[in-house]
Amino acid sequence: MTLDLTKIRADFPILHQQVNGQPLVYLDNGATSQKPKQVIASLVSYYERDNSNVHRGLHALSMRATDAYEGARARVARFINAADPAEVLFTRGTTESINLVARSWGHAHLKPGDVVLTTEFEHHSNLVPWQQAAKAAGATLKYVPLLGADGEGGLDMAALDRLLTPQVKLFAFTHISNTLGTINPVAELCRRARAVGAITVIDAAQSIGHGPLDVQAIGCDFLAFSGHKMCGPTGIGVLYGRRALLDKLAPDETGGGMVVSVTYEGATWKPAPERFEAGTPNVAGAIGLGAACEYLDSIGREKIAAHDDALVRIAMEKLSALPGIRIIGPRKGAERSGLVSFAFENVHAHDIVTFADEDGVALRGGHHCNQPLMRKLGLTSTTRASFYLYNTEQEIDRLVTSLRRIQKFFAG
Amino acid sequence: MQDLTDLYQSVILDHNRRPRNRGKLPTANRVAHGDNPSCGDQCTVYLRLDGDRIGEISFEGSGCAISQASASLMTLNLKGKTVPEAEALYADVHRLVTTGKVDEDNLSDLAALAGVHQFPARIKCATLGWHAALNAAKGDPITATTETHKD
Repeated sequence: MTLDLTKIRADFPILHQQVNGQPLVYLDNGATSQKPKQVIASLVSYYERDNSNVHRGLHALSMRATDAYEGARARVARFINAADPAEVLFTRGTTESINLVARSWGHAHLKPGDVVLTTEFEHHSNLVPWQQAAKAAGATLKYVPLLGADGEGGLDMAALDRLLTPQVKLFAFTHISNTLGTINPVAELCRRARAVGAITVIDAAQSIGHGPLDVQAIGCDFLAFSGHKMCGPTGIGVLYGRRALLDKLAPDETGGGMVVSVTYEGATWKPAPERFEAGTPNVAGAIGLGAACEYLDSIGREKIAAHDDALVRIAMEKLSALPGIRIIGPRKGAERSGLVSFAFENVHAHDIVTFADEDGVALRGGHHCNQPLMRKLGLTSTTRASFYLYNTEQEIDRLVTSLRRIQKFFAG
Repeated sequence: MQDLTDLYQSVILDHNRRPRNRGKLPTANRVAHGDNPSCGDQCTVYLRLDGDRIGEISFEGSGCAISQASASLMTLNLKGKTVPEAEALYADVHRLVTTGKVDEDNLSDLAALAGVHQFPARIKCATLGWHAALNAAKGDPITATTETHKD
């Protein structure tokens, strides 16, 4: 492994604590990542020195806050290689970003007879908004199947070609499945969608900050992510949209800050990004997100990706050896992101999580906002261990030891 | 580890491994379903009400050891009770799983649920089946969810 883990772990104050008398092993990064002191310091510094409302003030603090907020936008644009900072809209997170596209774009463009395409393994946040948009427009929502009894086969690319008809107006898919760990070939999916004239929406919640990400190389129209899963604060996220699309898109929310001129009769909109950021934005959150971009790039995202990969290979090796375990998603040795979801026949995920917590190991158990996928795989819940840059091989050993103890306890 | 052995007492493990009265009840005249949306646990309770008395009771569902054992214990304890008696017993069970305070005489084997109060996140697991049972008993075949009903 190429990361200096002692140095990295020293950046994360929260990791240095005991939980239930054991050193914390935090393996719930798929839900949210921890924050380095560099990000925390950026929030403290903003609130202690620069706090002010942005864009409308003429005094020194307001100008500093505005510069920092817009600086964060430019930093995020560089992080994802957007062609223009105006293509970066700040939102509350992935869910709000996807809803914004579903409502604004969906309302303007979807008509009866149109098809919205998504996949069988989306998080609810990239599924329910499309159900709602399709219903509102009288359009049809279709799903590209997932292959394999354990979902190990990934997206059915042959079925995708059959489903991608000219009626498809929008194709929404995840970059990395939060439940399976499957990595979708996003650039290829965008290429095929573009060939039938469909626009593309990518849920990058699980991939952002875990490796390099280049929206221009991927060729997507929209891409959504949250700051809190990439070492940033909660309550801040991004919708990337291609400028040409954003310029034609009506706002979803209206109010202050996004208008050029208002009369008693009506109003006109500013261009992106302000058009989509009504009201006082999450200034501190955006600044914290910019600091997170800076932090992750100072470590190196290729190195983080290699670290995730090394950990998940070790985890797959060691977890596969546990008797009676069912691991879903790509098979051992195949490409997968830094997470593993598994189920034991006789121990429910919540019992596993409670026991692991007693050993200081933080896991996630449940349906992972993937209820239709769980049903498809014949499961009600799984336990998930998800890794990030500060996790170590020794922590995987702690996980395995805990799981062995749990199995023994429930075997009676 | 003391807390966990409180939570997972042998009675709980036994009922989780060998749930009693599990399955559909062919003679049921009441049914209600409970969902715990935050964790995906589900429980359907079937009752045969003879007048005001619970003549037969069974459950189906999936969930953690706590939810399965609680539902199993519940079926043993509610059979033969009138609806008001069932409601009174649930009030005691609710007090037990939220405070750990138990009147041993009154609750017998249900006292095994006392450890739940040390794990607030698991209270909903322990009460899911009971919500469904009381909804069924009151002839109210609606879906109970622990998100919208008070624990």
